[in-house]
Amino acid sequence: MKYVDEYRNEKHARRIASAISECVTRRWTLMEICGGQTHAIAKYNLQELLPDKISLLHGPGCPVCVTPVSLIDKAVYMAAQPNVIFCSFGDMLRVPGSTEDLLSVKSRGGDIRIVYSPMDTLKIAKDNPQKEVVFFAIGFETTAPANAMAIKKAKLDGMRNISFLVSQVLVPPAVKCLLDSPENCVQGLLAAGHVCAIMGTEEYQPIAKDYHIPIVVTGFEPLDILQGIYLCVKQLEEGRSEVENQYLRAVRKAGNASAQNIIQEVFEIIPRQWRGIGEIAQSGLGLKKTYAFYDAEKKFPCEFDDREKSSECISGLVLQGIKKPNECSAFGKSCTPESPLGATMVSTEGACAAYYRYQPVS
Amino acid sequence: MCLAVPGKVTKISSADPLMKIGQVNFGGIVKEVNLAYVPEAKIGDYVIVHVGFAISILDEEEAQRIFDTLDQLDNIQDHPL
Ligand code: SF4
Repeated sequence: MKYVDEYRNEKHARRIASAISECVTRRWTLMEICGGQTHAIAKYNLQELLPDKISLLHGPGCPVCVTPVSLIDKAVYMAAQPNVIFCSFGDMLRVPGSTEDLLSVKSRGGDIRIVYSPMDTLKIAKDNPQKEVVFFAIGFETTAPANAMAIKKAKLDGMRNISFLVSQVLVPPAVKCLLDSPENCVQGLLAAGHVCAIMGTEEYQPIAKDYHIPIVVTGFEPLDILQGIYLCVKQLEEGRSEVENQYLRAVRKAGNASAQNIIQEVFEIIPRQWRGIGEIAQSGLGLKKTYAFYDAEKKFPCEFDDREKSSECISGLVLQGIKKPNECSAFGKSCTPESPLGATMVSTEGACAAYYRYQPVS
Repeated sequence: MCLAVPGKVTKISSADPLMKIGQVNFGGIVKEVNLAYVPEAKIGDYVIVHVGFAISILDEEEAQRIFDTLDQLDNIQDHPL
């Protein structure tokens, strides 16, 4: 078992798809929450395998896409400071701010470095004691333990020349916000497997109960996603609304306790702004007071508002599953991954980029 | 950034528990991975890795389940009641 190819077997995929066709009697709209799942759905053209009665909407689970424009502007401001080395995951460099992106700061000579792990930034800070190092600590529950560890270690080592521009968001409050919307038409949810690997599955119980919606914790390979859809449709057909776990090989009910502990040690729950959606209460993580020294927003104070540049971009609606990328007039025309107008065209997990890459532009 | 793939732990060096580092092979590409959140990981285990940290060890028995379910689907289709 290598946990990859086995889950991409076409014959097996067709078997699950036909099981879905056999059990479905009416139209159902499901949403996969995570951008990694959106990417796999587009890449393997899974919608094609499904009966017409099943529509998939793509959710807000791409951290690159939901980082607010004001924070991109802050990142651009910090990265342009002469004494700063600005570190970031690669996909953030092309995300448009209100006037420019990080890549244009880099091309003007800004010292911006792409890192694979937040721990790499500690080394950069140690190697450059005369410089201020800032790390763009973005992500969902999946990156929170890694970012928390880097922050904790910086403090343990008494480092003074590093700080973190934090944009950590949480999935369940965003899901509730989408379900509360009058425009919501989602009837079943595929929850993000890796977020649940950290946080466990229990926080979805009250959502399934209060909104009468089936929630299936689902993995990222084609067979995972198809099985997740099958379990979700079965629940809908049988009138059930339970939390089920398709991704048992990676997700335990209680999640990862040591990762949760360190998240709680470093971060506290705060309201957060979501790009294209707006502020959602209790939907983010911010640094606790004991770690305030490492807050880049305190070290480099600056204010920006959340104004979007392109009026054509409907990425907010795409993120909420209200519109599909190819319903946007700019899709594949004035907006491409090479010159993106919105964040959802930048990251490989963004719905617009996934559609552009894998589906013919019509 | 979030496209985490499973890799196989091939080496573990444990010094500082916060910095327990392993080498993980992702289909031929070997990377250093922090194992602080999977302290029970052993050589040969498959782990899911996000931004340099292993967040979960894959359970082989559970992994097999989807294929057992597929067999059941087959039985239903092959032998209708
Ligand atoms: S295609 Fe481009 S402009 Fe249209 S919604 Fe997506 S990111 Fe925005």
